[in-house]
Amino acid sequence: MSSLLIKNLRKSYGSVEVLKDINLEAKSGEFVALVGPSGCGKSTLLSIIAGLESVTSGEVLIEDKLVNNEAPKDRDIAMVFQSYALYPTMTVRQNMTFGMECRNIDKATQDDTITRVAALLQIEPLLNRKPGQLSGGQRQRVAMGRALVRDPKLFLFDEPLSNLDAKLRVEMRSEIKKLHQNVGRTTVYVTHDQIEAMTLATRIAVMHQGVLQQYAAPKEIYENPANVFVAGFMGSPNMNFFSARFVSSDAESGIALEGGDGALLPLPDGQYDHLTDGQPVIFGVRPEHFNPAHEGRAARKGNTSAVVSVAIEMDEPTGSETILMCKIAQQEAIVVCEPDEAPEPGTTMAFEIDMSKISLFDPSTEERL
Amino acid sequence: MAETTHQAFDPLATGSHARQLRAKFTVYALLVFFALLYLSPLVIIFMNSFRPLEEIVREGFISAPNALSAQYWVEAWSSFCIGGNCEGVSRYFSNTLIMTIPATILSTAFGVVNGYALSKWRFKYDTWVFGLITLGVFLPAQMTLLPWAFVLGKIGLSNTIGGLVLVHTVQGISFTTLFCRNYFVAVPDDLIKAARIDGAGFWRIFRRIMLPLSPPILIVCVIWQFTGIWNEFLFGTVFTSGSNQPITSAIVAFSGSGTGERHYNVEAASVIFAALPPLCVYVLGGKYFVRGLTSGAVK
Ligand SMILES: Nc1ncnc2c1ncn2[C@@H]1O[C@H](COP(=O)(O)OP(=O)(O)OP(=O)(O)O)[C@@H](O)[C@H]1O
Ligand SMILES: [Mg+2]
Repeated sequence: MSSLLIKNLRKSYGSVEVLKDINLEAKSGEFVALVGPSGCGKSTLLSIIAGLESVTSGEVLIEDKLVNNEAPKDRDIAMVFQSYALYPTMTVRQNMTFGMECRNIDKATQDDTITRVAALLQIEPLLNRKPGQLSGGQRQRVAMGRALVRDPKLFLFDEPLSNLDAKLRVEMRSEIKKLHQNVGRTTVYVTHDQIEAMTLATRIAVMHQGVLQQYAAPKEIYENPANVFVAGFMGSPNMNFFSARFVSSDAESGIALEGGDGALLPLPDGQYDHLTDGQPVIFGVRPEHFNPAHEGRAARKGNTSAVVSVAIEMDEPTGSETILMCKIAQQEAIVVCEPDEAPEPGTTMAFEIDMSKISLFDPSTEERL
Repeated sequence: MAETTHQAFDPLATGSHARQLRAKFTVYALLVFFALLYLSPLVIIFMNSFRPLEEIVREGFISAPNALSAQYWVEAWSSFCIGGNCEGVSRYFSNTLIMTIPATILSTAFGVVNGYALSKWRFKYDTWVFGLITLGVFLPAQMTLLPWAFVLGKIGLSNTIGGLVLVHTVQGISFTTLFCRNYFVAVPDDLIKAARIDGAGFWRIFRRIMLPLSPPILIVCVIWQFTGIWNEFLFGTVFTSGSNQPITSAIVAFSGSGTGERHYNVEAASVIFAALPPLCVYVLGGKYFVRGLTSGAVK
């Protein structure tokens, strides 16, 4: 059974189309992350699921029931806002009971629920405070608490962690993960942060300019991005894109980088048989798929790697790894390597690329080949 | 708004000691001069309300009273004849009171609800509705005289306090709606969205979320409406007569068109009665008025 189903959804504000033909489906208990650059329509999509915005065309189904024309309160959803939207004149307790009060839940049940949720989120000492007297992290918890006192069909989160500092964000991220595992409700989670998306989600929906680019499991998005946008958006540092062409002769076949020495980077067998000789491609390699070349390593790895020479221009040590700004065949590139293996800036060094993990895209359509 | 903690720059505390003294003296002398200038009518009227008539005639208007007696105040309140009605100003005072209080409450109440609906809910032609309501702010009152006279006549409220309550309520809604809408615009829309998801409807959101945020703007509306309606004169004079007039219209009788001798002392006391309530409201509520107009809804 699908918990949430969105069919051919379109949304326009006046003449501006903000969402273009979105199709999305979430199974019961799934954690869907909605990612994309600012202004791509994530919040709008969430508001439409919540019933706070109307659709221009298309259908929204929650637990197989068409809800296009239902008010937010009848959709049985709970939502956490980026701004938290805590009621400023109510105490934390009143903030959390307000929804139950609106639904005429009796006082005893309300008290039990508050006790349970407050314990879960460790906000018992805050119950009688006003939102103005809480820190950012505490407010975030209360906002979560307000959603958790309900047992809705769907949880919606709109960038709930974006106002927190980096450390708290990591903490809350794992708490949200734990919560989802405990509560097990279908969740749609909007975020800017691809690490949040990768770590939390069972499936990620990548959006760009109102179009759903790819909807797949995190591993799939990372390994087989559907197009250049998804490949560049997910992953940090960004994937390298080289302009290159596919060369195939009787003797050998592979990728030749533009501006390079003409050496061919061999492709894994079987996967790219549909390419034709001389076809231009965008050759995508993630920075972490470069390794300093060692004798015999290529052979060990079953000949899936290809060696390139890398001219290092600048290094950025982060501690756990070193990011190298460099040139490969005169094209800008970023390579990540172990700090103790990092070469000096100004030197040239041989790196091998794990060819089983590369992506090829069509330069004209930017779609995956 | 955040309280500012820094010390304001004081230009009077710069330069040599002599310069500072001179500068301070000049500034304070000017301030005192203008304060006296503006206060003098009040002070003179107040003093005259204690002086016997012969004394005023003999010594002129500007002079301190020789003896303090509440006699003229009592007379002004309860037995002085105004326009052939010898009940003093008490009757007109209570006319104004029973006109001002309901009109203030009603216009504020409508304004808060209008402001909430216009700032937090979208409906067809909402900007037009807002535009038309606030047009009333800029419409000169004299333009509305004839239409109101017609309406009051039609519904049988000519020459009644109830009619004035209606006029002032409707006229006041323009202001209160404008004040409240502009105040509520600053309340984040996410609060309303969250409440809608929580299951609250229009009125519950109003009662539980907007109203608790409203005291600063309620105070502004009440002060504005109370003093405005109390001091209003045109509608009272045009739509009511005789013993149904509000106090501002009734004391027009002092303007000198009457015959016989003038009771300056009693008239002075009457005028002070007429001015006292708005004066008190300004003195007591002025601070909250400014605060309400300048503070945001959510800190
Ligand atoms: N009420 C509105 N009227 C007109 N355009 C709107 C309205 N609300 C949103 N938009 C536009 O719709 C687009 C998508 O907005 P949305 O808030 O969904 O973006 P988002 O993906 O959530 O961005 P962010 O990551 O910055 O929150 C934006 O270009 C925005 O300008
Ligand atoms: Mg957003």
